Amino acid sequence: MNAGQRQWFFGCSLAAFVGLLLWGVLGLPPLGHYRGPYGDAINQAVVAQRHATDAIAAVNFDYRGVDTIVEEFILFASVAGCTLLLRQQRDEEAGMARTRALEGRMGQTSAAVTALGLTLAVPVALLGWYVVTHGQLTPGGGFQGGTIMASGAVFLYLAGEYVTLRRLNPPPLLEVLEALGAGGYILIGFAGMATGAAFLQNVLPLGRVGQVNSAGTIWVISMSVGMEVAAAFVLLATEFMEQALDLRQRRRI
Amino acid sequence: MSLLPWFVVVWLFAVGLYGIVTSRDLIHQVICLTVIQSSTYVLLLAIGYRRGAAAPVFATLPSSSSAVDPVVQALALTDIVVEATVLALLLALTVQAGKRFGTIDPQQLHALRG
Repeated sequence: MNAGQRQWFFGCSLAAFVGLLLWGVLGLPPLGHYRGPYGDAINQAVVAQRHATDAIAAVNFDYRGVDTIVEEFILFASVAGCTLLLRQQRDEEAGMARTRALEGRMGQTSAAVTALGLTLAVPVALLGWYVVTHGQLTPGGGFQGGTIMASGAVFLYLAGEYVTLRRLNPPPLLEVLEALGAGGYILIGFAGMATGAAFLQNVLPLGRVGQVNSAGTIWVISMSVGMEVAAAFVLLATEFMEQALDLRQRRRI
Repeated sequence: MSLLPWFVVVWLFAVGLYGIVTSRDLIHQVICLTVIQSSTYVLLLAIGYRRGAAAPVFATLPSSSSAVDPVVQALALTDIVVEATVLALLLALTVQAGKRFGTIDPQQLHALRG
């Protein structure tokens, strides 16, 4: 099939598909007239039942907790897949020799970028941790805060401190953190079973509404997820960064 | 006016699909996939929307007041996480394709494979 035929064929099927999709969405209730019972049920029960004021975090880490375990393992599997895909090829150097080789490939970072990156890294990571720990009170939680924490590390990479960080050998540490975050979630789930309740049941003391250490397992799971997400995204950034440096080297040969 | 979000959903999906089919660059193709996925965010949030209602965060809001559906918002969050993971995997595959075949034009990749 040549490109012209393919486009013609695609155009016809797209028109049919869009027609079907339009027919489907036009049958939905008009915008602004929400009818589902579940959202209202959760909104009315969440503060009294779970002492959490952010209903979204409560849905994610409590009412739909099992789904979120699966979601977290999608992230885990994807990071494992990326690491596998971007792993060192056999002809590429290994270990410290590689770190030293990478050092030579780093371009010169401008002083302004370095200063800004170093200044922002710690406050951004702290902001991420704040978002993680306050997920049950205000919009936020493990996933959102975790990515903000990871961007703290990305600022360090931008500042040109990649090789310094690589010498500290973060990947094994990050892998341990990621595994702890993912495994911690399941352990919290088993804590429910250990006390005779169901898997992932909120068995921890709920605390006072509006306090940081409230909402029982929601708070703990949020921190566990935050750790996993932050480690996962830093690991991803590291893999892509090393890959970019490898490619830069190849281009020079 | 109340139909606008549904049209946005259909438009984002169709335009993303068109981009994927006609793309000559794997990275562009991956970005088109994220455009398709953003149509699902609009769909989810529009389904849970209620006119005049507040966000489902009861930090200062009395718990009896009317709020939009938190379930679809949590689903949108799941959606974003899945999108990020798919994006990372596809970009990693693109890097490998570029390294192995020296091109990231999907139509030339097809020709290379014969």
